Amino acid sequence: MTVSQGVFIILGIVALAGAAGVVLNRNLFRAALFLILSFVGVAGLYILLEAELLAMIQLLVYVGAISILIIFAVMLSRQMMSSGFQARNSDWFLGVIVAAGMFAVLAIILLRVQWPTADSAVPKDLISQLGQALVSPSQFALPFEVASVLLLVALVGAVIIAREK
Amino acid sequence: MKFILNFWVELGNWLEGVLSGWGVPTWGVNLIIDIVVVLILLIVGIMAVLIFTPMERKVIARMQDRPGPNRVWPYGVLIALADAIKMLTKEDITPRKADRALHMLAPLLVTIPALLVFAVLPFGFRVIGQDLNVGVLFILAISTIHVLAILIAGWGSNNKFALLSAFRVVNQLLAYEIPMVLCILAVVLLTRTMSTQGIVEAQTIPFFLVMPIAGMIFLICAMAEANRSPVDLLEADSEMVAGYMVEYSGMKFAMFFIAEYVNMFAIAIIISTLFLGGYKFFGLEDVAPVLSPFIVFAKAVFVIFLMLWFRGTFPRMRFDQLVSFAWKFLVPLGLVNLMLAALVVKIPAANPSTVPWIQGAVMLAGNLIIIAVAFLILNRTARRVDGPSALKRIVATER
Repeated sequence: MTVSQGVFIILGIVALAGAAGVVLNRNLFRAALFLILSFVGVAGLYILLEAELLAMIQLLVYVGAISILIIFAVMLSRQMMSSGFQARNSDWFLGVIVAAGMFAVLAIILLRVQWPTADSAVPKDLISQLGQALVSPSQFALPFEVASVLLLVALVGAVIIAREK
Repeated sequence: MKFILNFWVELGNWLEGVLSGWGVPTWGVNLIIDIVVVLILLIVGIMAVLIFTPMERKVIARMQDRPGPNRVWPYGVLIALADAIKMLTKEDITPRKADRALHMLAPLLVTIPALLVFAVLPFGFRVIGQDLNVGVLFILAISTIHVLAILIAGWGSNNKFALLSAFRVVNQLLAYEIPMVLCILAVVLLTRTMSTQGIVEAQTIPFFLVMPIAGMIFLICAMAEANRSPVDLLEADSEMVAGYMVEYSGMKFAMFFIAEYVNMFAIAIIISTLFLGGYKFFGLEDVAPVLSPFIVFAKAVFVIFLMLWFRGTFPRMRFDQLVSFAWKFLVPLGLVNLMLAALVVKIPAANPSTVPWIQGAVMLAGNLIIIAVAFLILNRTARRVDGPSALKRIVATER
């Protein structure tokens, strides 16, 4: 076993343990913190794959923005603050079926598909290539702009909803 | 002579030579050198507390026309050591109804990111913990953990003031992160790199002179991020006692205290890296690279002095003013500056050696125009109402 395999196993355990903590914890605030642990584990996996940019964006967006938003929502809802919150409700059986089906589909895909592997090593200036690709008209300029317009619409919509009448 | 002039890099080479001479395998040599580098960075970070607490107390005291600490010999400069001993002997109290694990976790989480940032701060050419090609993003990503730590501290203490302060965190820190990112983006656009060392190398003219807007916005945002007075509303003692720190005592409080000063030091170094030319000082770093860490340190002390000067001069802002100042003034200004930078990068030049100078001149001219227009608008708005100060009117919320 090489060092990177060992690191992969540790990071995988961190990510999976975090995910398990989210599901099993009855305290919503702690569950949100376990979610962050899981995100950090995934960011570590990205670093292991030499995708530093993706890892940093993962930390910045998922840990820095989305998780904080979730925690904030948890803190603002009064009923959620009490630790005796029920982890199960009457629909748990349906939930199990959906989750098991999802797991089965993902497992089949993982086992069946021949994943392509890159022949050559990862190029050095990947970040500038990514930047060029995002703004070049022949590649991803249109999806990029559409996504930014979508975000702008969401922003304006949020302001209109939040504004006092 | 070469060994002395290029001391820090040569020291690494020498250590590597000695270790390989002893028959240590390559991975062992790298491991030992990495551990040594980590230890040095940790010590440098923690030393900031010992240096900057006396400095802060002395400087603020001078501004307020009082002697400040003067008992611990000499001139009270060892006051930090006395503080440390006092903290160590204090009782560690956890509130009975607090969330024990989270109450314990917060001081750790607040200290770790503060020290982690030092990994990518350049102290000289090749004198850097790890020259990541996403160094600037690393700094931003790590600093979000700080927000998380304060949230945990506020929630885990089971105290109303602490919780209120945790609510403020999201408002203040996230609001000030956005103009901060806009300024960093402008710098990244001009240097075309995200590595901290690359930014210093690409900085022919210090960026504070090229785009004073970005520099000033970054300084203000950095103070808000480091939670320094006059923008320390997370722990504003007149409103919420000590905010998220109210239930912490002894060494746990000391951890918050250490993290604040390490953060302040790191942010000062980041500002000197991004805007003041980092380890460059009129070619001195080429003549004697041994001096470059001291150049960085001197610039950092200057930035920290600016922060203390702000603290000694301005009253604390009201919270709604603080937030709307970020959203209504700093964000538009940062956006305009970013657009200008994006245009300036596209200026064609025949001779590559003149590029930074042409870009710098255009950027500076544009910045001065933006500042003039911004203050013109502020003045107009102020004249329409009978407010004493233009800024006050703009930042006041529409109620």
